[in-house]
Amino acid sequence: MSSGSASLPGARTASHDGDRIERYTFIERICHWVTGLTYVYCLLTGLAFYSPYLFWMAIVLGGGPTSRFWHPFLGIAFAAAITWMHQLWQKDVALTDVDRRWLDDVKYYATNRDDQVPPQDRFNAGQKVFYWAMFYAAFVLLLTGAIMWFPEYVPAGLRWIRPLIVLLHSASALVTIGAFIIHIYMGIFVVPGSTAAIVHGYVSADWARTHHRLWYERMTRRPAVRE
Amino acid sequence: MSNGILEIKAISGHAGTVPGRDASRDYPVAKLIDVTTCIGCKACEVACLEWNGYPFRETQFDNTYQTMPDLAWNYYNLIRFNEHVAEDGTFQWLMRKDGCLHCADPGCLRACPADGAIVQYANGIVDFQQENCIGCQYCVTGCPFNIPKFNPETKKVHKCTLCSDRVGAGLEPACIKACPTGCLHFGTKDDMLDLANKRVAQLHEHTSHTSAGVYDPSGVGGTHVMYVLHDINHPEAYGGLPKDPRVPLAVRVWKGPLKWLGNLAMVGGILTAAVHYVRYGPKTVEKTDPGKQESKEAS
Repeated sequence: MSSGSASLPGARTASHDGDRIERYTFIERICHWVTGLTYVYCLLTGLAFYSPYLFWMAIVLGGGPTSRFWHPFLGIAFAAAITWMHQLWQKDVALTDVDRRWLDDVKYYATNRDDQVPPQDRFNAGQKVFYWAMFYAAFVLLLTGAIMWFPEYVPAGLRWIRPLIVLLHSASALVTIGAFIIHIYMGIFVVPGSTAAIVHGYVSADWARTHHRLWYERMTRRPAVRE
Repeated sequence: MSNGILEIKAISGHAGTVPGRDASRDYPVAKLIDVTTCIGCKACEVACLEWNGYPFRETQFDNTYQTMPDLAWNYYNLIRFNEHVAEDGTFQWLMRKDGCLHCADPGCLRACPADGAIVQYANGIVDFQQENCIGCQYCVTGCPFNIPKFNPETKKVHKCTLCSDRVGAGLEPACIKACPTGCLHFGTKDDMLDLANKRVAQLHEHTSHTSAGVYDPSGVGGTHVMYVLHDINHPEAYGGLPKDPRVPLAVRVWKGPLKWLGNLAMVGGILTAAVHYVRYGPKTVEKTDPGKQESKEAS
């Protein structure tokens, strides 16, 4: 598979290239995987600190003190990566009125009756909601994590916030875990082709037309073929 | 198992009875600090450093007689000096030996995520095991008395051990041994409570400290370090001793309902995804022009 180095996102590739459309540029893919891997590191080490039954994760990742040492640094990297992602995708993830209709009809999407949900642009409303959940949670986690990193410097009069901060950190982490389970499940199992797209960058024209019709039409600059 | 394994039974060439002969050495143990007889000599601070093998650290002068503003990772025992003006205008110079209170319901232990980093012995002593400590400082958050202190170099947390190494050998904690006024006592919790109540009764009867009382806060299940205070109604006057300490509600929610809710949600989420896959399976791509060219999946 060619790397498609110079093409813009969604720019139509030559038909001899198997009617493929570039869905994610190289930069976007790198950004996604930096965000993803830093998240997963924080997820696994964080779960180790969350439950004694999962403490073995910290052992696997180099031991409790090592995990504790790197968790905040990788957390900062995760927040930085998602900020970078925001630069790349903020237009694509803005929620629209169409998204609201899609979210109302999410039951049809969840039960694979996709013909009953409105056509979607580059990202569907579910992906956008996932994005915003992770984006806001990242900053709650960053701010609460910064305080948890140096609890001894919390002024005496504000010590009462420390337990609340820990509670908030755990609660927002759990929100991201819920979102992350759906993200992994959708990406690997429910929508074949999307994992390959975020690795290699390309989707087929049919894939694009099926899952992201508005985006497909915008990128190919021609009305989609009606059946 | 007794904590009196090395208890002395007989002493050669010794006049009189064996010291401590009739003392109960059953579990649990407790330290009693009678602040009304503390003279602020800091002998306990020195004894603590000596027994634990720490050098004198740099101190910080903040216009009091206090050795330093707060406890430190290698300074478990600090006399807090507080100048207190009562409502009636009378003045008191309060001295309180600060350090770990060895709660029966320790917030540090509840909050700690590291296997074996904090243990509570059957005799009531709460001890940190630095070799298992990961340096997260959740114990700092869980403690209602702000006792555990972090060593930024080793990334381990330390606090008073109640000389568990000495108590295990049938000895009293080092601070007790050093106290010249008898303000520090060590024995079983029952004996110490008894002694504390007697001292309080004495204060009520013979002094003007009619609101004297025993500080053994029930919010943390009672403590294995107790105080006799001149005024039990204002423990805050003794340098940040909370009136009704308890393990913070947020810590209890975090380690209780939130954990079970979270576990349920995570396992439930994964199971739901699995069931969903079996029921609905993957989405299919509509192939529009089957006659023209066989469209391939992106992979």
